[in-house]
Amino acid sequence: MNALRVWVEGVGLWSPQLADFAALRALLAGAAPAPPPPRPAAATLPPNERRRAPESVLLAVEAAGQAVAMSGHDAAALACVFASSHGDQAITDYMCATLAQAPAELSPTRFHNSVHNAAVGYWTIATGCHAPSTAICAQRASFGAGLLEAAGLALAEQRAVLLVCSDTAGSGPLDEVTRCRQSFGCALVLAPQAGAAALARLDLALQAGAAIDTPLPAPLDDWRAGNPSAASLSLLALLAARGGRCELAAAATLGLRIDMEHVA
Amino acid sequence: MTPLAVTACTATSAMGSGLAAQFDALAHARSGLRPNDFSSAPLACWIGRVEGVEEVALPAALAAWDCRNNRLAWLGLQQDGFIERVHAARARYGAARVALLLGTSTASIGATEEAYRRLDADGGIPDDLLRPAIHAPHSLAAFVAAALALEGPCLTVSTACSSSAKVFASAERMLRLGLADAALVGGVDTLCDSVLFGFNALELVSPEPCRPFDRARNGISIGEAAGFALLERVEAAPQAPRLLGYGESSDAHHMSTPHPDGLGAELALNDALARAGLDAAQVDYINLHGTASQKNDEVEAALVARVFPPRTRASSTKGFTGHTLGAAGILEATVALQAIEHGLIPGNLGGDTPDPSCGAQFAWRNEHRRVDVALSNSFGFGGNNACLAFARAGFAA
Repeated sequence: MNALRVWVEGVGLWSPQLADFAALRALLAGAAPAPPPPRPAAATLPPNERRRAPESVLLAVEAAGQAVAMSGHDAAALACVFASSHGDQAITDYMCATLAQAPAELSPTRFHNSVHNAAVGYWTIATGCHAPSTAICAQRASFGAGLLEAAGLALAEQRAVLLVCSDTAGSGPLDEVTRCRQSFGCALVLAPQAGAAALARLDLALQAGAAIDTPLPAPLDDWRAGNPSAASLSLLALLAARGGRCELAAAATLGLRIDMEHVA
Repeated sequence: MTPLAVTACTATSAMGSGLAAQFDALAHARSGLRPNDFSSAPLACWIGRVEGVEEVALPAALAAWDCRNNRLAWLGLQQDGFIERVHAARARYGAARVALLLGTSTASIGATEEAYRRLDADGGIPDDLLRPAIHAPHSLAAFVAAALALEGPCLTVSTACSSSAKVFASAERMLRLGLADAALVGGVDTLCDSVLFGFNALELVSPEPCRPFDRARNGISIGEAAGFALLERVEAAPQAPRLLGYGESSDAHHMSTPHPDGLGAELALNDALARAGLDAAQVDYINLHGTASQKNDEVEAALVARVFPPRTRASSTKGFTGHTLGAAGILEATVALQAIEHGLIPGNLGGDTPDPSCGAQFAWRNEHRRVDVALSNSFGFGGNNACLAFARAGFAA
């Protein structure tokens, strides 16, 4: 068997142009949604954490908070899969620059915030979540690989799972190799069964060979090209519109075909 | 859960390259730690450095992946006939049916550090390092996928020091759901300035060889390692040792300090025991996380004391290898598997004056006895916990 069926119960989205999933819906319906303030609100974090948290954490927590609120789940009960292709690029840039010049002056806080699981760590602390949590990456396939991991977790353990996929814009010399033009974060709450909160049903099937990205209308195609986490736009566009089929990379040489049907 | 067969495994660390070298170091209580001769600026500490990584040459077709972390991965894959076992699994199941799930915390950040040390005249990444794939945290798994021509699900888990333990859990789910027929799991972390100066900034690095669970312990020694295991269904190899269970949890407490009561660690342990169908009293050996940090060892010793009977033996092997961070899960899983295979409980090297929180379970010196069931603990920053349970073939809980 290589097919998985899960239900979407919540959707979160943040980019410099889109404050949330409703904004994507509005955009695709021909409206011009107002862009969000430059810094994600990340209201799930306590105020002092929100002030200090790096942008990568704010972005992931903002998308996660939106999706969990829409789902109606208690965040503490959700297993977590946080995906990001590059982690916190501003911190990587800071660390590499500091290590090159004055390694003994490295900030301890920036170091512990540099771990790839910083965002899911802050999320579980803020929500009192003791459930399994993970942080993953798969280069440009991070969203597809994260979706496969999260859907597998939901079905294998028969529990709801929070999937977050986010990358910030590139920083410093690192930008030359990551080529992230702008921030993009999204989140889904996935359930193993059709519940009252279900918005859509996803049928996921592995496809041998490299995936061919499903075409997207402008400006979504540009956004997708400018941030690896925005590969999720193929699926988010289906969720925002009438459903249908899309294909995403789950790995460099493995595709994920997704058939989506609205149930709400 | 339905157990899985661990049909092959290998490890390379400061103890040596391959399982025979590792067992020899364990059997002779020989530490692989040495004074720091690695960092780009002086730092007075001891490290677990793997011999010969600098001399490893990747095949020409893989040259674009060249960096210390991938060289260590390649060195590790050459040991114990492991690469041949992967090729056999690929031939048997098909390249798209073998999942590749690797844990790492450093990935090849060392290459990015190097790029920043010698930026070119206009402030850019130097041409020889202008290889985007090695400046991403997925570098390791992408390299191994290319090196072994694997085309199934491929994922990097990066949850700090629990990374390469958690890949066993992901693999079990993928096999259970039929998304793959075999899974190559493991992890590789390499020494780099980020971890040496980063843990130093947190005042967690000892100026001496680390002393896990010692009353006078004063911090960790950082090491590097590569380790891999091949997981298949039991029917494929009824005589192979088993992955009996695993547990995962989150502390929800603090980014860089464990929960003071070991809440998350205990949840992961209970999850692993429940999946394995084990009582704590059936556990013969626990390879502890035991980093030699004040807090970790205090919390973990208390957990062992309150959950296990004295017949359960426990030790940390960080005194042999240093803390290999994202590779610790797989490295210590192979130590647990060797305890089962050879009936050797490795002594808790470096713990000469036991911390008062340590119970009678601690093996301070090597012990020889039959081991049917062995656990391995791995805890990471962000309060990320994992526990693995292994057993010999034929063990019935």
